[in-house]
Amino acid sequence: MDEILHWLTQPFSYAFMIRGMWASLIVGVVCPVLGTYVVLRGMAFLGDALAHIILPGVVMAFLLGWPLAAGALLVGVLAALAIGALGRRSEIKQDAIIGVVFAGAFALGVALISMQRSYAVDLAHILFGDLLGVSNDDLWLMAGLGALVLFTVFALYKEFLVISFDPVLATTLRLPVSLLQNILLVLLAIVIVISIQAVGVALVLAMLVTPASTAYLISRRLPSMMLLSAGIGSFSAVLGLYLSFYVNVASGPAIVLVETVIFVLAFALAPRRGVLWELLRTRRG
Amino acid sequence: MAQLLTRPASHDISAPPIQMEGVSLRYDSTVVLRDITFSLPAGQLVAVVGPNGAGKTTLFRIIAGILRPEAGLVHVYGHKPGGHVCIAYVPQRSQVDWSFPITVKEVVMMGRIRKIGLFRWPSRQDWKNVRHALERVGIYDLSNQQIGELSGGQQQRVFLAQALAQEAEVVLLDEPLTGLDMPSQEAIFATLDELKQEGVAIMVAMHDLNLAAERFDQVMLLNRRLIDFGLPHEVFTRSSLLEAYGGNVHLLPEGEGMLIADTCCEGGEDHL
Repeated sequence: MDEILHWLTQPFSYAFMIRGMWASLIVGVVCPVLGTYVVLRGMAFLGDALAHIILPGVVMAFLLGWPLAAGALLVGVLAALAIGALGRRSEIKQDAIIGVVFAGAFALGVALISMQRSYAVDLAHILFGDLLGVSNDDLWLMAGLGALVLFTVFALYKEFLVISFDPVLATTLRLPVSLLQNILLVLLAIVIVISIQAVGVALVLAMLVTPASTAYLISRRLPSMMLLSAGIGSFSAVLGLYLSFYVNVASGPAIVLVETVIFVLAFALAPRRGVLWELLRTRRG
Repeated sequence: MAQLLTRPASHDISAPPIQMEGVSLRYDSTVVLRDITFSLPAGQLVAVVGPNGAGKTTLFRIIAGILRPEAGLVHVYGHKPGGHVCIAYVPQRSQVDWSFPITVKEVVMMGRIRKIGLFRWPSRQDWKNVRHALERVGIYDLSNQQIGELSGGQQQRVFLAQALAQEAEVVLLDEPLTGLDMPSQEAIFATLDELKQEGVAIMVAMHDLNLAAERFDQVMLLNRRLIDFGLPHEVFTRSSLLEAYGGNVHLLPEGEGMLIADTCCEGGEDHL
């Protein structure tokens, strides 16, 4: 018994582990909650693209000596709004435009980093996260932005629900549909900025999509889907952090791997939408 | 933040629920609707019939203020449709994401979110309205089901209940009867007849010409342009039907009780 307790508390004798735990919990809750809309609205590619587009913002903030999150937030929000505007009026399909901007911005970011001396180390941190390097200031910023996102999702719950489920109804009810869509894009950019420190640019998509997809397999209502995906996200964050401490894997990938295993289990075993359920139903008749 | 919502247009009671004058619309270079002119009085149940691609859905979307016509005038109770919140447009069942994690009563509540207002949550009175709407269409016992678990007829009634909860005064139903069995169709007609008594203007896009002739006050025969609009026996003449459908309609010749069958289109997709 004591050994288990020791095993559980041991990592937290280090201050950086405590900060890392808080950071991963914030990301583990906020990302999956907004991720439910990413999954339901089919915005996964957009989310991944936004995460990569933010890279030059982070690098420029680093070069200018600004807080990294400030640069990321600025570029992320601008990119989100630009994509929203481009998608509404364009000759080219939206996903192609996103692809062009995504790849170009990412290349710019990597090019800027490659001009620095400590290139390899910093790039790895930005790409795959540096949960154990989170400072107190970072933590407060993450908490503040996370609270803002959760508050907005709560306050505009029924409006986001209707533009996701039935945009035509939203139009006939004369709701400000494009404004609401833009708010959702800005929230997405904020959430990505919060997560970059934890899991990095390359793995943010998993935080957005994996717990929410798992919850989608199980839930029949949006509120339960949000709660469940936040539960899965925070559980994975904590377990992933323990794994990284004891097995010595990088923390970001560890969290994402835990989420992926939970998804595969749900995909196989979930009632109604799972593979096993489907097999039983077809066999019975 | 309240200004984000424009104030709904007031109703000019002397004006007809729906009025169109010379309305035309093209997609790219294809003419979808040409020079549509009609006026619909209150409390009428109108069937809109025509072959696939006749522009029925487009017509509804223009009336609902979702699409803007290139030319012509659309008025709902004397004002442009874009200002109204009293128009309910129920799309074809194929247009709905039935696997969305949402229950029956939540879909019906969506009809009221404009009345509830931004940032607010539904009050007890709102839930009472939802309950009443579900009772009227006879699916209150399904309130907490996920919408994908219902039959086609029940799904259609969910959206009818949504229009009731919205307190809509113009109701546009896009092929609500397609693929439904007789009892489900009857349940929908029962609600539509009640709404009609309350003075609601109702337009229903459909393919079954016999049903249109039997159950509706007026029929509108559409094929890109308005071929005829009026009482069923006046509109469903041999020449008008041939004009609308070309060779795709069977007409039993001569005398009373002409049997007509639209041979194309039943159950087909109609996105124009």
